[in-house]
Amino acid sequence: MEGHLNLTLKIWRQKNTQTAGKFETYQVSGISTDMSFLEMIDVLNNRLIEEGDDPVAFDHDCREGICGMCSMYINGRPHGPNRGVTTCQLHMRSFKDGETITVEPWRASAFPVIKDLVVNRSAFDRIIAAGGFISVNTGNAQDANNLPINKDNADDAFAAAACIGCGACVAACKNASAMLFTSAKISQLALLPQGQIEAATRAQAMVAQMDEEGFGACSNTGACEAECPKGISIENIARMNREYFSATFSSK
Amino acid sequence: MAWLTKSFNSSLGKKLLMAITGLFLISFLIVHCGLNATIFLNDGGVAFNEGAEFMGTNPVIRTMEIVLFAGLLLHIVDGLRLWLDNKKKRPVAYAVVDGSANSKWYSRSMGLLGTLLLLFLIIHLKHFWYFSRLTNDLTEAHTLYNEMQIVFASPIVVIIYVLGCISLGYHLLHGFQSAFQSLGWNHPKYSPTIKCIGAIYAVVISATFASMPIAFYFHLIH
Repeated sequence: MEGHLNLTLKIWRQKNTQTAGKFETYQVSGISTDMSFLEMIDVLNNRLIEEGDDPVAFDHDCREGICGMCSMYINGRPHGPNRGVTTCQLHMRSFKDGETITVEPWRASAFPVIKDLVVNRSAFDRIIAAGGFISVNTGNAQDANNLPINKDNADDAFAAAACIGCGACVAACKNASAMLFTSAKISQLALLPQGQIEAATRAQAMVAQMDEEGFGACSNTGACEAECPKGISIENIARMNREYFSATFSSK
Repeated sequence: MAWLTKSFNSSLGKKLLMAITGLFLISFLIVHCGLNATIFLNDGGVAFNEGAEFMGTNPVIRTMEIVLFAGLLLHIVDGLRLWLDNKKKRPVAYAVVDGSANSKWYSRSMGLLGTLLLLFLIIHLKHFWYFSRLTNDLTEAHTLYNEMQIVFASPIVVIIYVLGCISLGYHLLHGFQSAFQSLGWNHPKYSPTIKCIGAIYAVVISATFASMPIAFYFHLIH
């Protein structure tokens, strides 16, 4: 049933990467419980624009939970209180009337704040790029049944490929570690025959790039898995460890 | 060998070293706990003193003692390096963190628990290792068992030991299963068993150790 909420928002405002940020407090009233969290910020921003103030900058794109853009650390958790959702899929019915909501950007040295709640996640792109290519034949795609794949492996590869690169794993991790992301990207190829040829070099290059970008190490707390909107399993991190160490000891 | 140092200096390599040294220390604790548990035979420490005598004189065990200290040192230094590295990765802290929503407090506090354990270990080594290895006070008339009776007559020492054992229990509760994950041993068939064994191990080891000073203090064993 629809209701209306009056809320106090404590939102991180930061002009740019160079300047230090601080929290600003805003009151919003008459917020529909059917709104998404982003729509609630839209309402606030409309008002800020009307009042001649600078609207809150935040990343968003698809607003249907599949693009991974809406990075917001809400009340101490990436994407807010619900599991398995991004911020756009978080609805205001998850909050109580009169509640104070603290909204922060992802905080990691590898994810510098561009403005307010927008962070630069290009470090993820560079980790993927470091993985390089896979060797496949050119020309028409061959018949799918020419390349038998074990069903379990196909399922696991698909589950790993569900990663949308939102960065919630980094945001949730006490060490700002990107292990869950990197391991998902390594796994989706390591599990399939197409990815075997470069598997060893890929694991080594992607881990090296991950460290280079300034992400932390893994404490195996499992926070990333719990907060991942796509339910990526930390089994992938164990697989990355296997891939990396076997590559370390077997490569020339 | 550059490839080896490079790999062990990576974020994954440092965790691998933590796991290997951690499992080594876990295997040591089984021996230590098992031998010390002989005090509960209530034979006035005869079996315990025989065991201690063997551990103190056998050349293989004495060599392993050096390996043990090396493993412990590696575990501490590597843990310290990880802690120093990791804390640099989030220069601006979150204002609000709801950690309990996604992870266990002890899994996030391994550095703190490890530091408490190290402080306890310094006290513990001073009490017994220093006494038995570096002084000439260990005699037929004054055995390690007698020393335990003397040390555990102090309520403050007993409290420190029990707190040390609680830290150990939580450290092991996360550390045991975490070591397997770092080694890459995560499998739907075996992981639940590993976690279960880890939990039983953590509880049994820490509870058995904690019961020793308590038993001496309350004269439950003679």
